Amino acid sequence: MESFWQNIPFFCILLCIASASFTSVLPRRAARALCVAVILAVIVMGVALIGPIVRLGHPYTFMMGHFPAPWGNEIRVGLLEAVMAVVFPSIMLLSLLGGLNRFDEHIFEDKQRFYYVMLELLLAALLAQVYTNDLFTAYVFVEIMTLSACSLITARSKGRTLSAATRYMIMNLMGSGLFLLGLVFLYGMTGHLLMSNIREQVAQLASGGAYRDTLTVTVALMSVALAIKSALFPFHTWLPDAYGYSTPTSSAVLSSLVSKGYIFLLIKIFYRVIGMDVIAETRITDILFVFGLVGIIMGSLSAIREKDIRRMVSFSSVSQIGYIYMGIGMGSEAGMVAAVFHILVHGMAKSMLFLASSGLVQVSGDSKFFRDLRGSGFRNPIAGLAFAVGSFSMVGIPFLGGFISKVYFAKAAMLMPPTAMLIVLLVLAASTILNTIYFLRTVITLYRPAVSEMPYEKPRLSPAFALSMLCLIAVNFGLGTFSQPLIEAIRAGLRMFA
Amino acid sequence: MARLKSNYESSAWARFLRWMKNGSGRMERDMVRSLEAEALPNGRSEERQQAIDSAREEREKRDRDNERAILDKLQSWSARRGSRLVRYAYRFAAVAICLAVIYVLLIAVSEEPMFGQADNPVNNEVSARYIEKGVQETGAVNIVGGMILDYRAFDTLGESHVLFIAACSVLLLLRMNLDKNGRPTREKLDAEADDRKYEPHNDVILQKVSNLIVPCLLLFGIYVVLNGHLSAGGGFSGGAIMGAALILYVNAHGLTKAGKHKLFGATVFKYVTFCALAFYALAKSYSFFMGANHLDSHIPLGTPGNLLSAGLILPLNIAVGAVVAWTMYSFYTLFRKGDF
Repeated sequence: MESFWQNIPFFCILLCIASASFTSVLPRRAARALCVAVILAVIVMGVALIGPIVRLGHPYTFMMGHFPAPWGNEIRVGLLEAVMAVVFPSIMLLSLLGGLNRFDEHIFEDKQRFYYVMLELLLAALLAQVYTNDLFTAYVFVEIMTLSACSLITARSKGRTLSAATRYMIMNLMGSGLFLLGLVFLYGMTGHLLMSNIREQVAQLASGGAYRDTLTVTVALMSVALAIKSALFPFHTWLPDAYGYSTPTSSAVLSSLVSKGYIFLLIKIFYRVIGMDVIAETRITDILFVFGLVGIIMGSLSAIREKDIRRMVSFSSVSQIGYIYMGIGMGSEAGMVAAVFHILVHGMAKSMLFLASSGLVQVSGDSKFFRDLRGSGFRNPIAGLAFAVGSFSMVGIPFLGGFISKVYFAKAAMLMPPTAMLIVLLVLAASTILNTIYFLRTVITLYRPAVSEMPYEKPRLSPAFALSMLCLIAVNFGLGTFSQPLIEAIRAGLRMFA
Repeated sequence: MARLKSNYESSAWARFLRWMKNGSGRMERDMVRSLEAEALPNGRSEERQQAIDSAREEREKRDRDNERAILDKLQSWSARRGSRLVRYAYRFAAVAICLAVIYVLLIAVSEEPMFGQADNPVNNEVSARYIEKGVQETGAVNIVGGMILDYRAFDTLGESHVLFIAACSVLLLLRMNLDKNGRPTREKLDAEADDRKYEPHNDVILQKVSNLIVPCLLLFGIYVVLNGHLSAGGGFSGGAIMGAALILYVNAHGLTKAGKHKLFGATVFKYVTFCALAFYALAKSYSFFMGANHLDSHIPLGTPGNLLSAGLILPLNIAVGAVVAWTMYSFYTLFRKGDF
């Protein structure tokens, strides 16, 4: 152990875990204050970690307990992990602030503290998954994430959320089961749970040609498990209801943190547990690539058919998850950089879209249908602006994050064989057109004069909502205009990762 | 010579001609017929009434038949055979996919090393150190206890929070709400009454047996928890035994009587869980921090085999046991729609 700053990741994780039990006994306002303070502290510590990591220049491992790595638990901190550990809590804080004004409406007062407990444990699980160097620790925290995400959905007790949560639970537990099965296979073959040790053993096995089929099955099991949990195309059926009917903070957190946490874990498994060369031999990336492409188109087509703004935004998530899997499936470094960058872009834009759409719904007599949303952009200007910015980012208008990630996807496609390149470029073009159809149609609807002169209630301007929207708009413009340092950081982080 | 049609009326050509002439479809034909049938006999009123009734019945039956015929024509394939076909296809595909996955998994399992061989990859330096140095390094005679609460304590910290989060989810989902004055709502009272209907009121046998068993179970649970570092068992298993004892008590004596004990209240649950988990997280934070920074934690390991030994493992077992017992009990009461 060299210096004190290396304790920061450990402090972040333990702070979230320890605060959860304190939050569960506090009254509502104190619980909220504690939750916000914890997330803020995690962000500050995460920012403080980036500088020393860049100066250190290589990743370091940290012992979680008295015993060194293969016997005890261990976390490993590199640049990519540090970046993620700043971005994830930031999105969570902005989502929480943006959705606060609807909490009293959606969640019973004496139950709100449990909601904050869920958020804190979810953040602990995200951080632990980002940092851990141990596959079994990752599994334990995948469980925490699944359970807390499920109760984020059920927090708003309504018929649709309950059925959505049931479906979510079934699909996600199936994913957990498959993940555990893969973990057991891997442990049986290698005798290790520590990622670096598994990787050494797997490289030996692969070069010796031993356990060839089992290794392929293991990789497939883990990929399918995490694809189910992050709603890749054929497994997306749980998504629209789960995102569409829960309270806005839950939708934002689920779409931009929970699914992204699983994708990050999958990237980690590819790089740090199995190794990209073995992964390329199993050709699992090709399968992810194909399903990513299909998901891009199918998600957009489903979104076009929706008449409900929240469900439309949810289906757009399916399409954007498809982009990320397409980038992972390219199997090249450029593709992976684009995918990781898109994780950030989509997280920022989608949380903003969910929160803004809830703000728009609020001023339209609580109706989520487009015919009632006409003119809501004038009734709640800041939500309208945020929705427009988020839509433009998802469509890929220059100066916004979505444009940059599309450019990087296209650049990564250039390095592929000609047929694959052509397919990727065609799908990107088609998807841009489809995105334009449903997002711009919605934006135009928001700024058309209202059909009826219904006396809409004037919403009280919530400062937290306005602050969160303004921050998210600024971040989206920032991702589009000053993307270079971030891209460089991701590239360097991925090199440190391998 | 063409075959002579025995019934020209129903031949295709005749129908076509009819259709050309006045568009008489099946329905219209029936309407004409029904109009003819309406011609009622004059005569005694009973007879007339009977005729009207029978005519109406006939008409209704005809209408039903007509309706069915029209529906058949409109959606016969897609609504009946089509949907059935799709349903069968789905079932068949589900079974086929399951069988394929089972086959693939069996192949993968058959390639794995045989269970229990000495030269398996799992018998490496990791398990060797657990077995050889476990007692010396953790102070716990029960190697499993030493592994989960000392070597891999971070995983177990997560694991115990899985339980906590499950309890919070159930509270978030099922706990009935009090109204503004802090009194139970109508909904809650109804639900409780509904539960009490099926509750054994004064089942003497159950009560006497539970009076006999519950103290023993509680004692045994406490024994398992306290000896977690010495023998098989530990916080999770001992807590489960205590939770089962509490549930048995509630079952025998009913929620109302159990509710009078402070021990079974929501406040106690809240604070027991809070104290146990806060202690767990803080103690482990301290121990992790000291361990990771290679500082001396000043936690004595004691003599292996003594009750007071193994450092933090004993207090952590007690904390986990308390959480498990109260969580099981609260699950039980909440799932009975009751509150506690």
